[in-house]
Amino acid sequence: MLQYDFMVNAFAATFIVAVVAGSIGYFMVLRGQTFAGHAMSHVGFAGATGAVLIGLSPLTGLTFFTLLAGLGIGLMGERAQSRDIAIGIVLSLSLGLGLLFLHFYTSFAGQATALLFGNVLGVARDTLWIMLVMGALALVILAVIARPLTFASLQPELAEAKGISPKILGTIFMMLVALAVAESVQVVGVLLVFSLMVAPPATAMLLARRISTGIALAVLFALAQAWIGLVLAYYTNWPTTFWITLLGAVAYLAANGVVHLTQNMR
Amino acid sequence: MIALEFDGVCLRYGSNVTLADGSFRVGQGKFIGLLGPNGAGKTTLFRAVLGLLRPSSGSIRVFGQPTRRGNAHIGYVPQFGKQLNQLSLSGRDLLIGSVTGSRYGWPFSTAAQREDIDRVLEVTGAGDLARRPMGTLSGGERQRILIAQALLGSPKMLLLDEPLVSLDPNRQESVVSLVRDIQQDLDMTVLFCSHELTPLLGKIDGVLFLGQRKVALGPVEEVITPKVLSDLYGAPMDVVRSAGRVFVVAGGPSPAA
Repeated sequence: MLQYDFMVNAFAATFIVAVVAGSIGYFMVLRGQTFAGHAMSHVGFAGATGAVLIGLSPLTGLTFFTLLAGLGIGLMGERAQSRDIAIGIVLSLSLGLGLLFLHFYTSFAGQATALLFGNVLGVARDTLWIMLVMGALALVILAVIARPLTFASLQPELAEAKGISPKILGTIFMMLVALAVAESVQVVGVLLVFSLMVAPPATAMLLARRISTGIALAVLFALAQAWIGLVLAYYTNWPTTFWITLLGAVAYLAANGVVHLTQNMR
Repeated sequence: MIALEFDGVCLRYGSNVTLADGSFRVGQGKFIGLLGPNGAGKTTLFRAVLGLLRPSSGSIRVFGQPTRRGNAHIGYVPQFGKQLNQLSLSGRDLLIGSVTGSRYGWPFSTAAQREDIDRVLEVTGAGDLARRPMGTLSGGERQRILIAQALLGSPKMLLLDEPLVSLDPNRQESVVSLVRDIQQDLDMTVLFCSHELTPLLGKIDGVLFLGQRKVALGPVEEVITPKVLSDLYGAPMDVVRSAGRVFVVAGGPSPAA
């Protein structure tokens, strides 16, 4: 299977995405901002289709729009009431816009499916390099803000009293989520970023007691999901994304079972 | 020495004025109960002392200095947040996280910081509790960890925001006693916010009562009186004492009083 270039590219792409999505997704779940991440990918859909329409690469439009959405959501702040409603309305508007852009660009029918559900087998070598740079940048920034971010996520009032600005921190973090979303879309598509950014961290959170262990497990689960998914897709010829979502759900259910059993035995 | 001084302070929460022209002075080493009805602006007052909220007029001084954000002289126990309810992180890890999380960059704790954590856990008797996941602790046990956290860095003043909420009377008693003991041992100034006076009786040196935009500071028997409270609320109030408990109720003094 590794004699094919596209398979090698796919394994490399999913590796980058798993590390980025697993670690950033962990904080997203910890902060209860999963819906914001989900919505951001939909905004990215409008960006990607719009970019294709004016002759740019989908990844450029996608990244630009998710970053813009991240900035917007971050500046809205944690406490804005009806924030989820505002996000939800922007989400559906973006999907609608994306549909309109596709309508004008009729010659690219396959593009829609690839964007919505991912097409990891179609990742080109030069896209891979862009993903590597974006991912490394996101991880370096995350490493610098990780500790204050954890503190501000768990005890926002106290962190604020200690001189940390939850709003600035939250906005920076939302931009990181935007980068992770743009990367994840390359593998699982706009509609299914949850399968890499939420399922593995949520599973890890059930099993790990410490944050460092949790992040490590989240990355490990995301990677296992993606790589086993690729292998299964290769042998069954079914879509990779299907296998990734299935493995994510199975892992989460299994972890819940393990937690339930160990609690009952105590 | 004056630990906390309000001079003609006006505070707002959104567009609501919660304190108009409030002045008082709390001496160093006093244990003060901050009382008042829900929504009177007790948390807002704490935020002003912490330098998170600027008074619209007047001045606040903490140990003679103007307020500033991140003041290391103040330890703070905020109202209990839901985020900690199901946390699988241990109390000790939570404390390490708050020490290293107060600054950007180098993400690991130093030996001195870990020693400080050992110290505050010993002072609060929370050493064993701190090894268990926060989510498995009872309300009173969690409060003990959070009080330990507020003592990190040896502040001289402690602000506690409603630490007794949703605790049963025995737990309330033990939390108040714990704070009283720490306050005496470490010679700290404590502002203990509660909407009930009873658990604090006999432990506090004075009460700071926040009513309708007005504030009064003094010993319990001087502040918790129908006359002072009626003035603070701008409406007739009465104080009912029964079997060692004190209740503040609306309405004029009963004929028997």
